[in-house]
Amino acid sequence: MTASQLFFTRHPVLPGFTLSFGLSVLFIGLVILLPLSALFLYTSDLGWQEYWSIVSNPRVVATYRITLAAAFWASLINAALGLLLAWVLVRYRFPGRRLMDSLVDLPFALPTAVAGITLSTLFASNGWLGQGFDWFGIKIAYAFPGIVIAMSFTSLPFVVRAVQPVLEDLGPEYEEAAHTLGATQGQAFRHVVLPHLRPALLTGTALAFIRSLGEFGAVIFIAGNLPFETEITSLMIFVRLQEYDYPAATAIASVVLLASLVLLFGVQWLQGRYLTRLRGG
Amino acid sequence: MKMVNPEMMSQRTQARQAEGAMTEKAKMSARDVKVFYGDTQAIKGIDLDIMENEVIAFIGPSGCGKSTFLRTLNRMNDTIDGCRVEGQVTLDGRDIYDPSLDVVLLRAQVGMVFQKPNPFPKSIYDNVAYGPKLHGLARGRGDLDDIVESSLRRAGLWEEVKDRLDKPGTGLSGGQQQRLCIARAIAVSPEVILMDEPCSALDPIATAKVEELIDELSNQYSIAIVTHSMQQAARVSDRTAYFHLGELIEVNNTEKVFTQPDHDLTEAYITGRFG
Repeated sequence: MTASQLFFTRHPVLPGFTLSFGLSVLFIGLVILLPLSALFLYTSDLGWQEYWSIVSNPRVVATYRITLAAAFWASLINAALGLLLAWVLVRYRFPGRRLMDSLVDLPFALPTAVAGITLSTLFASNGWLGQGFDWFGIKIAYAFPGIVIAMSFTSLPFVVRAVQPVLEDLGPEYEEAAHTLGATQGQAFRHVVLPHLRPALLTGTALAFIRSLGEFGAVIFIAGNLPFETEITSLMIFVRLQEYDYPAATAIASVVLLASLVLLFGVQWLQGRYLTRLRGG
Repeated sequence: MKMVNPEMMSQRTQARQAEGAMTEKAKMSARDVKVFYGDTQAIKGIDLDIMENEVIAFIGPSGCGKSTFLRTLNRMNDTIDGCRVEGQVTLDGRDIYDPSLDVVLLRAQVGMVFQKPNPFPKSIYDNVAYGPKLHGLARGRGDLDDIVESSLRRAGLWEEVKDRLDKPGTGLSGGQQQRLCIARAIAVSPEVILMDEPCSALDPIATAKVEELIDELSNQYSIAIVTHSMQQAARVSDRTAYFHLGELIEVNNTEKVFTQPDHDLTEAYITGRFG
Protein backbone atom coordinates (compact mmCIF):
# COMPACT_ATOMS: atom_id res chain seq x y z
CA MET A 1 0.00 0.00 0.00
CA THR A 2 1.38 3.39 -0.87
CA ALA A 3 1.61 6.23 1.59
CA SER A 4 -1.31 8.09 0.06
CA GLN A 5 -3.57 5.03 0.25
CA LEU A 6 -2.61 4.59 3.89
CA PHE A 7 -3.52 8.18 4.57
CA PHE A 8 -7.13 7.66 3.58
CA THR A 9 -7.60 4.61 5.81
CA ARG A 10 -6.10 6.24 8.89
CA HIS A 11 -8.50 7.49 11.55
CA PRO A 12 -8.30 11.28 11.58
CA VAL A 13 -8.61 13.50 14.64
CA LEU A 14 -11.50 15.42 13.10
CA PRO A 15 -14.53 13.15 12.75
CA GLY A 16 -15.39 11.94 9.31
CA PHE A 17 -13.20 12.41 6.30
CA THR A 18 -16.26 12.83 4.08
CA LEU A 19 -17.68 15.63 6.17
CA SER A 20 -14.48 17.62 6.71
CA PHE A 21 -13.30 17.17 3.15
CA GLY A 22 -16.75 18.02 1.79
CA LEU A 23 -16.94 21.21 3.83
CA SER A 24 -13.49 22.29 2.73
CA VAL A 25 -14.37 21.75 -0.91
CA LEU A 26 -17.66 23.59 -0.48
CA PHE A 27 -15.91 26.51 1.16
CA ILE A 28 -13.22 26.73 -1.50
CA GLY A 29 -15.98 26.51 -4.08
CA LEU A 30 -18.03 29.31 -2.56
CA VAL A 31 -15.11 31.59 -1.86
CA ILE A 32 -13.10 31.12 -5.00
CA LEU A 33 -14.79 29.22 -7.78
CA LEU A 34 -18.22 30.83 -7.64
CA PRO A 35 -17.08 34.42 -8.22
CA LEU A 36 -14.53 33.15 -10.71
CA SER A 37 -17.09 31.38 -12.82
CA ALA A 38 -19.52 34.29 -12.55
CA LEU A 39 -16.77 36.53 -13.85
CA PHE A 40 -16.14 34.35 -16.85
CA LEU A 41 -19.88 33.93 -17.40
CA TYR A 42 -20.33 37.69 -17.61
CA THR A 43 -17.37 38.01 -19.91
CA SER A 44 -18.63 35.24 -22.14
CA ASP A 45 -21.59 37.48 -23.09
CA LEU A 46 -19.08 39.41 -25.12
CA GLY A 47 -17.81 38.22 -28.45
CA TRP A 48 -14.03 37.87 -28.90
CA GLN A 49 -13.89 41.02 -30.94
CA GLU A 50 -15.78 43.06 -28.38
CA TYR A 51 -13.75 41.58 -25.57
CA TRP A 52 -10.52 42.40 -27.32
CA SER A 53 -11.52 45.97 -28.11
CA ILE A 54 -12.42 46.55 -24.45
CA VAL A 55 -9.24 45.12 -22.98
CA SER A 56 -6.98 46.71 -25.61
CA ASN A 57 -8.53 50.17 -25.38
CA PRO A 58 -5.60 52.63 -25.14
CA ARG A 59 -6.79 54.06 -21.83
CA VAL A 60 -7.07 50.55 -20.40
CA VAL A 61 -3.67 49.54 -21.76
CA ALA A 62 -2.19 52.62 -20.11
CA THR A 63 -3.59 51.39 -16.78
CA TYR A 64 -1.87 47.99 -17.27
CA ARG A 65 1.42 49.74 -17.85
CA ILE A 66 1.04 52.01 -14.83
CA THR A 67 -0.16 49.20 -12.57
CA LEU A 68 2.63 46.85 -13.62
CA ALA A 69 5.32 49.49 -13.26
CA ALA A 70 4.07 50.67 -9.88
CA ALA A 71 3.67 47.10 -8.62
CA PHE A 72 7.17 46.30 -9.83
CA TRP A 73 8.75 49.20 -7.94
CA ALA A 74 6.57 48.56 -4.90
CA SER A 75 7.60 44.92 -4.69
CA LEU A 76 11.24 45.82 -5.20
CA ILE A 77 11.04 48.27 -2.29
CA ASN A 78 9.22 45.62 -0.27
CA ALA A 79 11.83 42.99 -0.99
CA ALA A 80 14.52 45.22 0.49
CA LEU A 81 12.46 46.70 3.34
CA GLY A 82 10.77 43.41 4.18
CA LEU A 83 14.08 41.58 4.35
CA LEU A 84 15.48 44.28 6.61
CA LEU A 85 12.44 44.21 8.89
CA ALA A 86 12.47 40.42 9.13
CA TRP A 87 16.19 40.52 9.88
CA VAL A 88 15.75 43.06 12.67
CA LEU A 89 12.83 41.14 14.17
CA VAL A 90 14.64 37.79 14.13
CA ARG A 91 18.22 38.72 14.93
CA TYR A 92 17.84 41.41 17.57
CA ARG A 93 16.21 41.49 20.97
CA PHE A 94 15.06 44.96 21.93
CA PRO A 95 12.24 46.49 23.96
CA GLY A 96 9.15 46.83 21.80
CA ARG A 97 10.12 43.95 19.52
CA ARG A 98 6.82 42.12 20.04
CA LEU A 99 4.91 45.34 19.35
CA MET A 100 6.89 45.93 16.18
CA ASP A 101 6.30 42.34 15.18
CA SER A 102 2.55 42.72 15.48
CA LEU A 103 2.58 46.12 13.77
CA VAL A 104 3.92 44.43 10.65
CA ASP A 105 0.45 42.99 10.11
CA LEU A 106 -1.21 46.38 10.43
CA PRO A 107 -1.48 46.92 6.66
CA PHE A 108 -3.53 43.69 6.53
CA ALA A 109 -5.76 44.71 9.42
CA LEU A 110 -6.22 48.33 8.44
CA PRO A 111 -8.96 49.09 5.90
CA THR A 112 -7.02 49.95 2.76
CA ALA A 113 -9.10 53.11 2.35
CA VAL A 114 -7.85 54.34 5.71
CA ALA A 115 -4.29 53.67 4.60
CA GLY A 116 -4.97 55.53 1.37
CA ILE A 117 -6.41 58.60 3.09
CA THR A 118 -3.61 58.69 5.66
CA LEU A 119 -0.89 58.34 3.05
CA SER A 120 -2.38 60.97 0.77
CA THR A 121 -2.68 63.41 3.69
CA LEU A 122 0.93 62.75 4.64
CA PHE A 123 2.34 63.01 1.14
CA ALA A 124 0.14 65.78 -0.29
CA SER A 125 2.22 68.81 -1.21
CA ASN A 126 1.02 70.52 1.99
CA GLY A 127 1.25 67.37 4.14
CA TRP A 128 3.94 66.60 6.75
CA LEU A 129 6.15 64.58 4.48
CA GLY A 130 4.91 65.94 1.17
CA GLN A 131 6.10 69.45 2.08
CA GLY A 132 9.70 68.33 2.25
CA PHE A 133 9.57 66.54 -1.07
CA ASP A 134 7.67 69.43 -2.60
CA TRP A 135 10.54 71.72 -1.65
CA PHE A 136 12.82 69.58 -3.83
CA GLY A 137 10.22 69.67 -6.56
CA ILE A 138 9.22 66.03 -6.12
CA LYS A 139 5.53 65.36 -6.26
CA ILE A 140 4.44 62.18 -4.50
CA ALA A 141 0.72 62.27 -3.82
CA TYR A 142 -1.43 62.49 -6.96
CA ALA A 143 1.54 61.23 -8.98
CA PHE A 144 3.22 57.91 -9.81
CA PRO A 145 5.40 57.70 -6.64
CA GLY A 146 2.20 57.93 -4.59
CA ILE A 147 0.89 54.76 -6.22
CA VAL A 148 4.16 52.97 -5.48
CA ILE A 149 4.06 54.04 -1.83
CA ALA A 150 0.44 52.99 -1.38
CA MET A 151 1.13 49.61 -2.98
CA SER A 152 4.24 48.94 -0.94
CA PHE A 153 2.43 49.91 2.26
CA THR A 154 -0.36 47.42 1.77
CA SER A 155 1.80 44.50 0.65
CA LEU A 156 4.81 44.76 2.97
CA PRO A 157 3.64 41.99 5.36
CA PHE A 158 3.90 39.37 2.58
CA VAL A 159 7.67 39.68 2.38
CA VAL A 160 8.25 39.93 6.13
CA ARG A 161 6.04 36.97 6.95
CA ALA A 162 7.56 34.83 4.19
CA VAL A 163 11.17 35.53 5.14
CA GLN A 164 10.85 35.58 8.94
CA PRO A 165 10.38 31.83 9.62
CA VAL A 166 13.20 30.86 7.27
CA LEU A 167 15.52 33.34 8.92
CA GLU A 168 14.54 32.01 12.35
CA ASP A 169 15.49 28.51 11.21
CA LEU A 170 18.75 29.64 9.69
CA GLY A 171 20.53 30.66 12.89
CA PRO A 172 23.78 32.59 13.03
CA GLU A 173 26.03 29.51 12.71
CA TYR A 174 25.80 29.60 8.90
CA GLU A 175 27.35 33.05 8.81
CA GLU A 176 29.85 31.96 11.44
CA ALA A 177 30.84 29.01 9.27
CA ALA A 178 31.38 31.42 6.39
CA HIS A 179 33.49 33.65 8.67
CA THR A 180 35.64 30.69 9.71
CA LEU A 181 36.35 30.10 6.02
CA GLY A 182 37.47 33.67 5.51
CA ALA A 183 34.32 35.48 4.46
CA THR A 184 33.77 39.10 5.43
CA GLN A 185 30.38 40.18 6.80
CA GLY A 186 29.20 41.22 3.35
CA GLN A 187 30.41 38.02 1.70
CA ALA A 188 28.77 35.86 4.37
CA PHE A 189 25.50 37.65 3.72
CA ARG A 190 25.70 37.47 -0.06
CA HIS A 191 27.07 33.93 -0.36
CA VAL A 192 25.32 32.15 2.48
CA VAL A 193 22.37 34.03 3.99
CA LEU A 194 20.82 35.37 0.81
CA PRO A 195 20.83 32.05 -1.10
CA HIS A 196 19.08 30.46 1.89
CA LEU A 197 16.42 33.14 1.89
CA ARG A 198 16.03 33.31 -1.87
CA PRO A 199 12.97 31.02 -2.24
CA ALA A 200 11.11 32.70 0.63
CA LEU A 201 12.12 36.16 -0.53
CA LEU A 202 11.00 35.32 -4.05
CA THR A 203 7.64 33.99 -2.88
CA GLY A 204 7.04 36.95 -0.58
CA THR A 205 7.99 39.47 -3.23
CA ALA A 206 5.87 37.76 -5.85
CA LEU A 207 2.87 37.67 -3.52
CA ALA A 208 3.43 41.35 -2.77
CA PHE A 209 3.56 42.00 -6.51
CA ILE A 210 0.34 40.09 -7.15
CA ARG A 211 -1.37 41.88 -4.28
CA SER A 212 -0.18 45.24 -5.60
CA LEU A 213 -1.62 44.51 -9.03
CA GLY A 214 -5.06 44.29 -7.48
CA GLU A 215 -4.73 47.04 -4.87
CA PHE A 216 -7.63 49.48 -5.03
CA GLY A 217 -8.56 51.22 -1.79
CA ALA A 218 -5.18 52.55 -0.79
CA VAL A 219 -4.21 53.66 -4.27
CA ILE A 220 -7.26 55.59 -5.44
CA PHE A 221 -6.95 58.17 -2.65
CA ILE A 222 -3.35 58.97 -3.38
CA ALA A 223 -3.10 58.39 -7.11
CA GLY A 224 -5.02 61.37 -8.43
CA ASN A 225 -6.50 59.02 -11.03
CA LEU A 226 -5.65 60.93 -14.18
CA PRO A 227 -6.39 58.82 -17.26
CA PHE A 228 -3.17 57.75 -19.03
CA GLU A 229 -1.08 59.01 -16.11
CA THR A 230 -2.07 57.77 -12.68
CA GLU A 231 -5.02 55.53 -13.35
CA ILE A 232 -4.60 51.91 -12.27
CA THR A 233 -6.40 48.87 -13.64
CA SER A 234 -8.57 48.19 -10.61
CA LEU A 235 -9.82 51.76 -10.77
CA MET A 236 -10.53 51.25 -14.47
CA ILE A 237 -12.81 48.35 -13.49
CA PHE A 238 -14.58 50.62 -11.03
CA VAL A 239 -14.97 53.37 -13.60
CA ARG A 240 -16.60 50.95 -16.04
CA LEU A 241 -18.91 49.74 -13.26
CA GLN A 242 -19.99 53.30 -12.55
CA GLU A 243 -20.83 53.66 -16.21
CA TYR A 244 -23.05 50.57 -15.78
CA ASP A 245 -20.89 48.83 -18.36
CA TYR A 246 -20.77 45.49 -16.50
CA PRO A 247 -19.39 43.37 -19.38
CA ALA A 248 -16.50 45.80 -19.87
CA ALA A 249 -15.78 45.83 -16.13
CA THR A 250 -15.70 42.04 -15.99
CA ALA A 251 -13.61 41.84 -19.15
CA ILE A 252 -10.90 44.01 -17.60
CA ALA A 253 -11.25 42.16 -14.31
CA SER A 254 -10.69 38.87 -16.12
CA VAL A 255 -7.38 40.16 -17.44
CA VAL A 256 -6.23 41.05 -13.91
CA LEU A 257 -7.43 37.69 -12.64
CA LEU A 258 -5.65 35.76 -15.36
CA ALA A 259 -2.42 37.64 -14.76
CA SER A 260 -2.64 36.98 -11.01
CA LEU A 261 -3.33 33.28 -11.50
CA VAL A 262 -0.50 32.82 -13.96
CA LEU A 263 1.89 34.61 -11.60
CA LEU A 264 0.67 32.61 -8.60
CA PHE A 265 1.19 29.26 -10.32
CA GLY A 266 4.48 30.46 -11.75
CA VAL A 267 5.74 31.26 -8.26
CA GLN A 268 4.58 27.88 -6.92
CA TRP A 269 6.34 26.10 -9.75
CA LEU A 270 9.59 28.00 -9.27
CA GLN A 271 9.55 27.39 -5.54
CA GLY A 272 8.82 23.69 -5.96
CA ARG A 273 11.69 23.35 -8.39
CA TYR A 274 14.08 25.15 -6.09
CA LEU A 275 13.13 23.02 -3.10
CA THR A 276 13.54 19.71 -4.92
CA ARG A 277 16.93 20.89 -6.11
CA LEU A 278 17.97 21.76 -2.54
CA ARG A 279 16.88 18.35 -1.31
CA GLY A 280 19.12 16.77 -3.87
CA GLY A 281 16.44 15.70 -6.36
CA MET B 1 26.27 6.16 33.93
CA LYS B 2 28.53 3.64 32.29
CA MET B 3 32.15 3.89 33.29
CA VAL B 4 34.64 4.19 30.50
CA ASN B 5 36.91 1.26 29.87
CA PRO B 6 40.37 2.47 30.91
CA GLU B 7 42.23 -0.10 28.80
CA MET B 8 40.73 1.26 25.61
CA MET B 9 42.06 4.72 26.32
CA SER B 10 45.51 3.74 27.35
CA GLN B 11 45.81 1.72 24.17
CA ARG B 12 44.91 4.77 22.11
CA THR B 13 47.38 7.07 23.79
CA GLN B 14 50.10 4.42 23.85
CA ALA B 15 49.62 3.70 20.16
CA ARG B 16 49.81 7.34 19.29
CA GLN B 17 52.88 7.90 21.40
CA ALA B 18 54.55 4.93 19.73
CA GLU B 19 53.76 6.40 16.32
CA GLY B 20 55.46 9.57 17.42
CA ALA B 21 52.31 11.44 16.43
CA MET B 22 52.27 13.42 19.63
CA THR B 23 54.88 15.99 20.40
CA GLU B 24 55.32 18.10 23.46
CA LYS B 25 55.15 21.40 21.64
CA ALA B 26 52.28 23.76 22.37
CA LYS B 27 50.41 24.86 19.23
CA MET B 28 48.12 27.28 21.01
CA SER B 29 48.42 28.72 24.49
CA ALA B 30 45.82 30.54 26.52
CA ARG B 31 47.02 32.63 29.46
CA ASP B 32 44.62 34.07 32.02
CA VAL B 33 41.80 34.26 29.47
CA LYS B 34 38.65 35.98 30.70
CA VAL B 35 35.48 36.45 28.66
CA PHE B 36 32.70 38.87 29.51
CA TYR B 37 29.23 39.15 28.01
CA GLY B 38 28.27 42.65 29.02
CA ASP B 39 28.59 42.60 32.82
CA THR B 40 28.56 38.83 33.29
CA GLN B 41 31.83 36.98 33.29
CA ALA B 42 31.57 33.72 31.37
CA ILE B 43 35.23 32.64 31.61
CA LYS B 44 37.25 33.34 34.75
CA GLY B 45 40.91 33.24 33.91
CA ILE B 46 41.90 30.09 32.04
CA ASP B 47 45.42 28.84 31.34
CA LEU B 48 45.56 26.01 28.84
CA ASP B 49 47.88 24.72 26.12
CA ILE B 50 46.82 22.84 23.03
CA MET B 51 49.70 20.64 21.88
CA GLU B 52 50.69 19.89 18.34
CA ASN B 53 48.78 16.94 16.85
CA GLU B 54 46.80 16.23 19.95
CA VAL B 55 43.08 15.81 20.42
CA ILE B 56 41.95 17.66 23.50
CA ALA B 57 38.39 17.29 24.74
CA PHE B 58 36.56 20.02 26.67
CA ILE B 59 33.92 18.58 28.95
CA GLY B 60 31.70 20.00 31.67
CA PRO B 61 28.08 20.73 32.52
CA SER B 62 26.00 23.05 30.32
CA GLY B 63 26.93 26.69 30.72
CA CYS B 64 30.39 25.88 32.06
CA GLY B 65 32.04 28.02 29.40
CA LYS B 66 33.64 25.28 27.32
CA SER B 67 32.09 26.47 24.06
CA THR B 68 32.81 30.09 24.89
CA PHE B 69 36.44 29.22 25.54
CA LEU B 70 36.64 27.26 22.29
CA ARG B 71 35.37 30.28 20.42
CA THR B 72 38.09 32.52 21.86
CA LEU B 73 40.63 30.36 20.04
CA ASN B 74 39.62 31.60 16.58
CA ARG B 75 38.07 34.88 17.72
CA MET B 76 34.53 33.83 16.87
CA ASN B 77 33.40 35.79 19.93
CA ASP B 78 34.30 38.94 17.98
CA THR B 79 31.04 38.56 16.09
CA ILE B 80 28.97 38.78 19.28
CA ASP B 81 27.97 42.24 20.42
CA GLY B 82 29.00 43.11 23.97
CA CYS B 83 31.51 40.28 24.23
CA ARG B 84 34.94 41.17 25.59
CA VAL B 85 38.01 38.97 25.85
CA GLU B 86 40.91 39.61 28.24
CA GLY B 87 44.19 37.77 28.65
CA GLN B 88 46.39 36.29 25.97
CA VAL B 89 45.92 33.58 23.35
CA THR B 90 48.84 32.67 21.15
CA LEU B 91 49.15 30.55 18.03
CA ASP B 92 52.76 29.45 17.41
CA GLY B 93 53.80 32.11 19.89
CA ARG B 94 51.95 34.94 18.18
CA ASP B 95 49.20 36.82 20.03
CA ILE B 96 45.97 36.28 18.07
CA TYR B 97 44.29 39.29 19.70
CA ASP B 98 47.03 41.59 18.41
CA PRO B 99 45.21 44.43 16.59
CA SER B 100 47.62 44.15 13.64
CA LEU B 101 46.71 40.49 13.09
CA ASP B 102 44.44 39.63 10.15
CA VAL B 103 41.45 37.77 11.60
CA VAL B 104 40.65 36.24 8.21
CA LEU B 105 44.07 34.60 8.06
CA LEU B 106 43.82 33.50 11.69
CA ARG B 107 40.54 31.75 10.96
CA ALA B 108 42.12 29.99 8.01
CA GLN B 109 44.71 28.58 10.42
CA VAL B 110 42.17 27.73 13.10
CA GLY B 111 39.18 26.08 11.42
CA MET B 112 35.86 25.28 13.01
CA VAL B 113 33.13 22.64 12.81
CA PHE B 114 29.76 23.43 14.33
CA GLN B 115 27.16 21.59 16.39
CA LYS B 116 24.55 21.26 13.67
CA PRO B 117 25.75 20.28 10.21
CA ASN B 118 25.47 23.53 8.27
CA PRO B 119 26.37 23.04 4.62
CA PHE B 120 25.84 26.11 2.48
CA PRO B 121 23.00 26.08 -0.05
CA LYS B 122 25.53 25.29 -2.76
CA SER B 123 26.76 22.18 -4.53
CA ILE B 124 28.99 19.72 -2.68
CA TYR B 125 31.90 20.94 -4.79
CA ASP B 126 31.23 24.61 -4.08
CA ASN B 127 30.85 23.94 -0.36
CA VAL B 128 34.39 22.59 -0.20
CA ALA B 129 35.76 25.11 -2.70
CA TYR B 130 34.27 28.08 -0.83
CA GLY B 131 37.16 28.70 1.56
CA PRO B 132 39.98 28.08 -0.94
CA LYS B 133 38.28 30.47 -3.39
CA LEU B 134 37.99 33.24 -0.79
CA HIS B 135 41.62 32.81 0.21
CA GLY B 136 42.79 32.51 -3.38
CA LEU B 137 44.47 29.18 -2.60
CA ALA B 138 43.94 27.67 -6.03
CA ARG B 139 45.57 28.71 -9.27
CA GLY B 140 42.96 27.72 -11.81
CA ARG B 141 40.24 25.13 -11.94
CA GLY B 142 42.49 22.08 -11.93
CA ASP B 143 44.13 23.21 -8.72
CA LEU B 144 40.75 23.75 -7.12
CA ASP B 145 39.59 20.31 -8.25
CA ASP B 146 42.62 18.82 -6.50
CA ILE B 147 41.93 20.68 -3.26
CA VAL B 148 38.28 19.62 -3.31
CA GLU B 149 39.16 16.00 -3.98
CA SER B 150 41.88 15.75 -1.35
CA SER B 151 39.73 17.49 1.26
CA LEU B 152 36.81 15.18 0.58
CA ARG B 153 39.17 12.18 0.68
CA ARG B 154 40.61 13.23 4.00
CA ALA B 155 37.07 13.70 5.33
CA GLY B 156 36.29 10.15 4.16
CA LEU B 157 33.51 11.38 1.95
CA TRP B 158 35.03 11.19 -1.52
CA GLU B 159 33.82 7.70 -2.42
CA GLU B 160 30.27 8.57 -1.39
CA VAL B 161 29.97 11.84 -3.30
CA LYS B 162 32.44 11.74 -6.19
CA ASP B 163 29.65 11.10 -8.72
CA ARG B 164 27.44 13.92 -7.53
CA LEU B 165 29.73 16.82 -6.73
CA ASP B 166 27.34 19.19 -8.51
CA LYS B 167 24.40 18.16 -6.31
CA PRO B 168 23.52 20.42 -3.35
CA GLY B 169 25.25 19.66 -0.06
CA THR B 170 21.92 20.04 1.71
CA GLY B 171 20.72 16.84 0.02
CA LEU B 172 23.20 14.63 1.92
CA SER B 173 22.39 12.71 5.11
CA GLY B 174 23.15 14.36 8.46
CA GLY B 175 26.39 12.45 8.98
CA GLN B 176 27.55 13.10 5.42
CA GLN B 177 26.69 16.78 5.84
CA GLN B 178 28.86 16.97 8.95
CA ARG B 179 31.77 15.28 7.17
CA LEU B 180 31.22 17.73 4.31
CA CYS B 181 31.56 20.56 6.84
CA ILE B 182 34.80 18.98 8.06
CA ALA B 183 36.03 18.72 4.46
CA ARG B 184 35.08 22.36 3.99
CA ALA B 185 37.10 23.30 7.08
CA ILE B 186 40.22 21.35 6.08
CA ALA B 187 40.12 22.69 2.52
CA VAL B 188 41.73 25.93 3.69
CA SER B 189 44.62 23.90 5.25
CA PRO B 190 44.18 24.88 8.88
CA GLU B 191 46.61 23.85 11.60
CA VAL B 192 44.07 23.65 14.40
CA ILE B 193 40.47 22.44 14.09
CA LEU B 194 37.91 23.44 16.69
CA MET B 195 34.84 21.23 16.96
CA ASP B 196 31.82 22.38 18.93
CA GLU B 197 29.86 19.22 19.78
CA PRO B 198 30.19 17.96 16.22
CA CYS B 199 28.22 14.77 16.81
CA SER B 200 25.36 16.00 18.96
CA ALA B 201 22.95 16.02 16.01
CA LEU B 202 24.10 12.68 14.56
CA ASP B 203 22.99 9.07 14.98
CA PRO B 204 25.42 6.51 16.50
CA ILE B 205 26.68 5.20 13.15
CA ALA B 206 27.36 8.67 11.76
CA THR B 207 28.96 9.57 15.10
CA ALA B 208 31.30 6.56 14.86
CA LYS B 209 32.38 7.67 11.38
CA VAL B 210 33.09 11.22 12.51
CA GLU B 211 35.06 9.91 15.51
CA GLU B 212 37.11 7.68 13.23
CA LEU B 213 37.77 10.73 11.10
CA ILE B 214 38.88 12.79 14.12
CA ASP B 215 41.34 10.04 14.95
CA GLU B 216 42.81 10.14 11.44
CA LEU B 217 42.90 13.92 11.29
CA SER B 218 44.81 14.11 14.56
CA ASN B 219 47.92 12.96 12.69
CA GLN B 220 48.01 16.29 10.88
CA TYR B 221 46.07 18.73 12.97
CA SER B 222 45.62 19.82 16.56
CA ILE B 223 41.99 19.26 17.44
CA ALA B 224 39.99 20.76 20.29
CA ILE B 225 36.58 19.19 20.68
CA VAL B 226 33.74 20.25 22.96
CA THR B 227 31.55 17.32 23.82
CA HIS B 228 28.66 16.42 26.08
CA SER B 229 29.40 12.73 25.76
CA MET B 230 32.03 11.49 28.16
CA GLN B 231 32.35 8.27 26.23
CA GLN B 232 33.18 10.32 23.18
CA ALA B 233 35.79 12.32 25.07
CA ALA B 234 37.30 9.05 26.25
CA ARG B 235 37.26 7.50 22.78
CA VAL B 236 38.75 10.34 20.77
CA SER B 237 40.93 12.49 22.99
CA ASP B 238 44.49 12.37 24.30
CA ARG B 239 43.82 14.91 27.01
CA THR B 240 40.64 16.07 28.65
CA ALA B 241 39.91 19.44 30.21
CA TYR B 242 37.09 19.72 32.71
CA PHE B 243 35.32 23.09 32.90
CA HIS B 244 33.02 24.19 35.67
CA LEU B 245 31.22 27.57 35.95
CA GLY B 246 33.70 29.35 33.74
CA GLU B 247 36.77 27.85 35.36
CA LEU B 248 39.15 25.18 34.20
CA ILE B 249 39.06 22.68 37.04
CA GLU B 250 41.57 20.21 35.73
CA VAL B 251 43.29 19.09 32.57
CA ASN B 252 45.18 15.85 32.26
CA ASN B 253 45.62 12.72 30.20
CA THR B 254 42.17 11.48 29.32
CA GLU B 255 42.84 8.17 30.98
CA LYS B 256 43.78 9.85 34.23
CA VAL B 257 40.81 12.26 34.20
CA PHE B 258 38.35 9.41 33.79
CA THR B 259 39.94 6.99 36.25
CA GLN B 260 41.62 9.06 38.94
CA PRO B 261 40.50 12.66 38.65
CA ASP B 262 42.42 15.07 40.85
CA HIS B 263 39.42 17.15 41.70
CA ASP B 264 36.16 16.27 43.47
CA LEU B 265 34.10 18.29 40.98
CA THR B 266 35.53 16.33 38.09
CA GLU B 267 34.78 13.08 39.81
CA ALA B 268 31.24 14.21 40.58
CA TYR B 269 30.72 15.05 36.90
CA ILE B 270 32.18 11.90 35.39
CA THR B 271 30.30 9.68 37.79
CA GLY B 272 27.10 11.42 36.78
CA ARG B 273 26.26 13.23 39.99
CA PHE B 274 25.47 16.31 37.96
CA GLY B 275 25.24 16.86 34.26
